[in-house]
Amino acid sequence: MTIAPIAETVLGPIDEIPFGEGRTYAVGSDMIAVFRLRDGSLRAVSAVCPHKGGPLADGQIDNRVVVCPLHLYAWDLATGCSQSGQPPINVYPVRVDDGHIILGD
Amino acid sequence: MTQRLVVIGNGMAGARTVEEILARGGDFSITMFGDEPYGNYNRIMLSNLLAGVEDEAGIYLNDLSWYADNDITLNAGVRIERIDRFAKKVYATDGTATPYDKLIIATGSSSWTPPMKNVHNPKRGFHQGVFAFRTLDDTRGMIRYARDHERAVVIGGGLLGLEAARGLQNHLSDVTLLHAMGHLMERQLDEKAGHMLQASVENKLGIKVITNAMTTEILGKDRVTGVKLADGTVIPCDVVVIAAGIRPNTQVAADSGLTVERGIVVDDQMRVQDEDDIYSVGECAQHRGNLYGLVAPLWDQAKVLADHITGRNVEAAYTGSKLSTKLKVAGIDVASMGLIAPETDDDEVIIYSEPKKGVYKQLIIRDGALAGAILVGDNSKAASLIQSFDRAQALPEERAEMLFDIGGPAGEVKPEDMPDDAQVCNCNGVSKGAICGVVNAGCKTVSGVMDKTRAGKGCGTCKPLVQRIVEWAAGGEAEEDPAASWYVPGVPMPKPELMAAIRKYELKSVSAVFDKLVPGGEHDAKSKMGLASLLKMMWADQYEDERDARFINDRVHGNIQKDGTFSVVPQMKGGVTTPAELKRIAEVAEKYNVPMVKLTGGQRIDLLGIPKEQLPAMWADLDMPSGYAYAKSFRTVKTCVGSDFCRFGVGDSTALGIAIEERYQGLEGPGKMKLAVTGCPRNCAEAYVKDLGVVAIDGGKWEIYVGGAAGAHIRKGDLLCTVDSAEEVIRLTGRFLQYYRENANWLERTYAFVPRIGIERIREIVIEDVDGIAEALDAAVEEAVQSYKDPWKERAVPATPGQFRTSLPLTVLPQVPVRS
Ligand SMILES: Cc1cc2nc3c(=O)[nH]c(=O)nc-3n(C[C@H](O)[C@H](O)[C@H](O)COP(=O)(O)OP(=O)(O)OC[C@H]3O[C@@H](n4cnc5c(N)ncnc54)[C@H](O)[C@@H]3O)c2cc1C
Ligand code: SF4
Ligand code: SF4
Ligand code: FES
Repeated sequence: MTIAPIAETVLGPIDEIPFGEGRTYAVGSDMIAVFRLRDGSLRAVSAVCPHKGGPLADGQIDNRVVVCPLHLYAWDLATGCSQSGQPPINVYPVRVDDGHIILGD
Repeated sequence: MTQRLVVIGNGMAGARTVEEILARGGDFSITMFGDEPYGNYNRIMLSNLLAGVEDEAGIYLNDLSWYADNDITLNAGVRIERIDRFAKKVYATDGTATPYDKLIIATGSSSWTPPMKNVHNPKRGFHQGVFAFRTLDDTRGMIRYARDHERAVVIGGGLLGLEAARGLQNHLSDVTLLHAMGHLMERQLDEKAGHMLQASVENKLGIKVITNAMTTEILGKDRVTGVKLADGTVIPCDVVVIAAGIRPNTQVAADSGLTVERGIVVDDQMRVQDEDDIYSVGECAQHRGNLYGLVAPLWDQAKVLADHITGRNVEAAYTGSKLSTKLKVAGIDVASMGLIAPETDDDEVIIYSEPKKGVYKQLIIRDGALAGAILVGDNSKAASLIQSFDRAQALPEERAEMLFDIGGPAGEVKPEDMPDDAQVCNCNGVSKGAICGVVNAGCKTVSGVMDKTRAGKGCGTCKPLVQRIVEWAAGGEAEEDPAASWYVPGVPMPKPELMAAIRKYELKSVSAVFDKLVPGGEHDAKSKMGLASLLKMMWADQYEDERDARFINDRVHGNIQKDGTFSVVPQMKGGVTTPAELKRIAEVAEKYNVPMVKLTGGQRIDLLGIPKEQLPAMWADLDMPSGYAYAKSFRTVKTCVGSDFCRFGVGDSTALGIAIEERYQGLEGPGKMKLAVTGCPRNCAEAYVKDLGVVAIDGGKWEIYVGGAAGAHIRKGDLLCTVDSAEEVIRLTGRFLQYYRENANWLERTYAFVPRIGIERIREIVIEDVDGIAEALDAAVEEAVQSYKDPWKERAVPATPGQFRTSLPLTVLPQVPVRS
């Protein structure tokens, strides 16, 4: 598992992300995909697929994984581990506070 | 000392015998000659190859590495001309001589050509366009030739002729079968069964059958134009396939002074008469006066020969085989064994006949034992009958039990009821016991057991039984992926069950399905898209659309490209556009700096490389409807210019194509649906290889083909029907597509769906309405048509926040400062 440390940043209102979907945010020089699971909780991972650079925020998710839209490889949203032998992705701490998405601890 | 073993003939019997010898640890240095330039292949599979259900790679039994691995010298493409029994050498046509200590002749048979005028061309062998059906080369030649021609005649109404006729239908539309006798398969079937089979072949498969048809002449000078029958009838055609019987290849043996009658005469050890070191097996061998033309007896012969020659059991004796066949002849179940007619007054005959269904069953019982049986149209009891016949077992008092399952659960033989030595695979002689042995040794997958025992690897008809035995032997632990039958991986149900549950609980959204039908309510990302498509199909505008259930393409109505950009493809019905539209497309392309403008295979203009966030603006500027170049849905209807401009056109293909597209645009399905309408059989719009293709033919009629493909998989569609009007085409198109939508597996294209269901069955449902569901199908597709909305209209008000926001931001967006 690769939980990357990151400075606390407010990314925007939670309503920007529909349930079950993801949106990409730029934070410094990083691009981070934030997903809002159907149970309401958030997950944040690197936005760029380590396989061939696919936009992970355009992928489909369930409560465990994100499936990249380009070649359909899947990564665990909680640990960043690939389920198909690909390199792992970064996972970032993320939470909601007062209707806003807060990245970092 | 290692003996030199030479085998003439590298066919099914020759190679099998060598395998058996190797399995017994025989100490030989082996040299094989085969006059076909290949390793060893399964001749039975040529029928499948012709029918397009198997490719060449799939028919090899032993490839060249097998010969190398076993130190066998294979001389492929080398014909043996003469044997010198005294010097113990064989001579090949290339002049080489090869010495042997032991010799096996397994030269098989050749196809027999009945006397007919003009069948041979003095220079080329067969007349161009005339083929036998025996070897891989024959089959290849036939496929190549049939593809570019339209009408075929098959001479011979036995098993082979039927297979050939069926296979040819895959390549051309018009097939006539000529049989010299009064009914089909006269050696295996009685007259009634033969007629029943004929009716099925004609009605279900659309093959014309003419019996009592003696072909006397092939017509045409450079190329075949037809055949002529003894009564003067002329049948026009451009391909002729001869499948009128086989003759054993005994020339080499006869020329070399061996005893040859109809075949090479052998004793019970398969030794050639009066020879100590020469054996013969397979179709060329004559044993106790019999010749065998099926593989099962050859396997028995091979075992005996191997036992004897390796000294494993010098007493091993072949005493002949009782012949039984269980086949799918041209897709119709047929089984036959023993007598086909009673011979004495005491022979009991039991007949069941249901002509409408094409079912016929006959038993002949002598002295309380089964002496013969014929089954047409229903093979469910074939295995148990073959067993009673082989062993002369006592028969049940209630004779009807032999024909039907009475009282007990329907249908199939139960593994637990079978004795251990019951033969399961008749092609490869594999018993139930052998299968169980492999399973007990730890191999618990059906495919693994098939690889290890070869069960099911002959004609393949026993595969379902092999599967049941493996499952039973593994005690319900067969390691077949249970998910294989599920509609989507995350919901443990096959499609019909899933649909029933969705209806029962009125589940109208994807998450409702997961919550209700998955134990634990676990959602599954990889199942969402398939469920979304299914629910949309089932509920039309009552479907509760959850955007996250859609694949990105369906969320933004464009096809995602490798760099994360999308494509914009405006609708261009039937490939027809106007200068004004072209101008608008050009202006938009210029305004947005579109990196590539491309004409697609579906007759549209593709604007490629569009960032997601630009999509709505471009759609607005174009102000044209979406062309559906994404989604598992109805795509385009390709058309040719047809009767409006083309000098060959007999139907207005353009107008019909546009009408079909207008009606069914955007229809979702389990896979994409690509259609075409072409104005005459010249087929400029490639309608024969579409999911649904329409071809105008003379007389104002239209042919509808379904199940075609020309992508990674190539298949000519099957003719569904011929209709008189464009309205009829539109109606049946909808009905077929709806049937496909309701019954295909997720991502199963029509090229897999149509052969899986069978074109006859589809015809029954969609055209003849035997199931009485046509009206419901029409109504369902109408409802889907009515709920169509142009997705590009979503441009004004996005369906979700950030629907078109980029997922690959290149610049850092302004951020809200961190609150303390
Ligand atoms: C299309 C088709 C479908 C069939 N379907 C079935 C079925 O469903 N069930 C079933 O039981 N049987 C079926 N059969 C029959 C089965 O294929 C044969 O019974 C079996 O192949 C016979 O084996 P064999 O080794 O005796 O002959 P072959 O397999 O014909 O092998 C003989 C080989 O010897 C070679 N040869 C001949 N002379 C020489 C020479 N002088 N020098 C060197 N090589 C030589 C030949 O080229 C050939 O390769 C089918 C046959 C065909 C053609
Ligand atoms: S298919 Fe026939 S009608 Fe259509 S363009 Fe070709 S030749 Fe002309
Ligand atoms: S044919 Fe293959 S490479 Fe070409 S567009 Fe289709 S998927 Fe891509
Ligand atoms: S780029 Fe993500 S799976 Fe290939």
